Amino acid sequence: MLATDLLQYTVSGLTLGVIFALVAIGFNIIYNVTEIINFAQGEFVVVGGLLAVFFVGLGFPIPMAFGASVLVTAALGFGMERFVIRRARNASILSLIIITIAMSMIFKGSAMSLWGKDPYVLPPFSEGGPIMVAGAAIQPQALWVLAVSALVVIALSIFFHRSVYGKAMLACADNANAARMVGIPVRQMVLLSFVLSASVGAAAGVIITPISLMQYDRGAMLGLKGFAAAALGGLGNFYGALAAGAILGLAESFTAGYISSGYKDAVSLVLLLFALFFKPEGLFGSSEAAKLKKF
Amino acid sequence: MSKKDWWIFLVTAFLIGVFPLVVQPFRSVSHYVDVMVFAGIFALVCIGLSMLMGYAGQISIAQAAFFGIGAYSSGILTVHFHMNPWAAMPVGAALAGFVAWLLGIPALRLKGHYLAMATLGFGVIVNIIMNEEVKWTGGPSGLVGIPGLSIGGREIFHELAWYYLVWGFVFMGLLFCFHVLHSRVGRALRAIHEEEAAAEAMGVPTARYKVQVFVLSAIFASIAGSLYTHYMAFINPSSFNLEWSIQFLLMVMVGGMQSLWGAVLGAVLMTFMRNEWLHVFADQEIIVYGALLLIVALFVPKGLVSLLPRLLPSRIFKSSGTREDES
Repeated sequence: MLATDLLQYTVSGLTLGVIFALVAIGFNIIYNVTEIINFAQGEFVVVGGLLAVFFVGLGFPIPMAFGASVLVTAALGFGMERFVIRRARNASILSLIIITIAMSMIFKGSAMSLWGKDPYVLPPFSEGGPIMVAGAAIQPQALWVLAVSALVVIALSIFFHRSVYGKAMLACADNANAARMVGIPVRQMVLLSFVLSASVGAAAGVIITPISLMQYDRGAMLGLKGFAAAALGGLGNFYGALAAGAILGLAESFTAGYISSGYKDAVSLVLLLFALFFKPEGLFGSSEAAKLKKF
Repeated sequence: MSKKDWWIFLVTAFLIGVFPLVVQPFRSVSHYVDVMVFAGIFALVCIGLSMLMGYAGQISIAQAAFFGIGAYSSGILTVHFHMNPWAAMPVGAALAGFVAWLLGIPALRLKGHYLAMATLGFGVIVNIIMNEEVKWTGGPSGLVGIPGLSIGGREIFHELAWYYLVWGFVFMGLLFCFHVLHSRVGRALRAIHEEEAAAEAMGVPTARYKVQVFVLSAIFASIAGSLYTHYMAFINPSSFNLEWSIQFLLMVMVGGMQSLWGAVLGAVLMTFMRNEWLHVFADQEIIVYGALLLIVALFVPKGLVSLLPRLLPSRIFKSSGTREDES
């Protein structure tokens, strides 16, 4: 009984954790290129999930709905950079924070007027009941979440380490001025970072909706927990985000299981505060590098 | 206080003083007095936030939490412990100040985005506690049966009395803040806002001043929360959530964060928008707020008060209303 519960909570914690990690990776992509924290990151997840519900409603098969949702959300990311962030090039950090908060309100409000206040569900990606492992019931969708997340992470690492665009983006992250001097179009890289980040967020939204439903106002909490994972893993660090996401997901799942479901949301946030206060460079970041960054 | 600020102070005090006399005879707008009570309460929060953001240059997305700490302290102490509301108010303020101090020492070492996220996370945690500690707070359904305020043994029933009480608090708060800004501390804060490293190098204890202003902003928010509690006689956690922290940010931004008058103007304007004018948008309200915040941040980063000198080319406003000439 004890072992069964433990397994059950571990699986749900990991499922949750990879979602936080994907949101965190979304933060990291934009942060690396621009040093902006996009407070609208959580809204990409919500919009991604709700768009998938919309496309499935139109009769799209799941893979096509997935692709369409990611594409539309990527277009939103494109629009956000092209028409808003670019205008605020010379804005102070304070203004940039306000601007991304404003964008999150606009996304959230639009989601509410399009879909209303009800939660929506998406059918699981594959048929069939839960898989029983040692008495614990594992949803096939949980496996889908893990598999798709793994694919996203692998695709991103190939992109960043093998392709010219990816390397150019990493160069901007290292030093935007130097990157500009060697001829990298930094503005396009910033645009690309918003598009990529929105796509990753949307993917997270689509895969989690069959398990935890999706509602217009979930963005803030998803964004905060994703940021917690990003900060705990060391801002800008992709593998740190994965590990930290898993830690937060497990912490949340065990709290919900063993302590109090009401306080499960607080766990990630308390860990976020501890991370920010005592180890702002993150568990896996180097404090040397952290000193060079603008926080 | 500079001569200009004294003039604005007197004119504003006069306008606020006669406002009820002007609107009350007219049925369709007589409830504006009630709206202005809320505006005054929010203005008190915004004055504190403006000290923190506009003068010390630090962001806080947790003001609704401090507002809530004041509100729930007053509510719980008067409902569960039958304490006198006037005694509960300073207890709440002290608690909020203490919490801000605890949070501020580590948090204000952070800058920009990290500070924003830390305060945001803190605010959400406080809101979760309000929802979960049902025994004390009443949980999501709220705390009921909160007594009103009384002065000299007589309870304040009339909204006109509330109006003058709340705005009395606002003007006292303003006087206090102007006093602070024209002292050594105020000059130090402006130095921190301009260039923290330079201020530090000149011997300004930047960390201590930043924490002190954060505590001050929390105390202002807490007192406002106490007033809100007794005016409403009912509170629930949804008045103190993230959305409200962003509302306060919006008020200060719209008014203009580098002027205390901006905070007051923003609070009044946004309260009227929220309570009166934006109802036509119903569910689209949040989009309108977002768009407003976006437009202000992009095109009028200094807020509406920065436009006033152009609109009112009087003798008082001749010098541009920027921070520099306030000293």
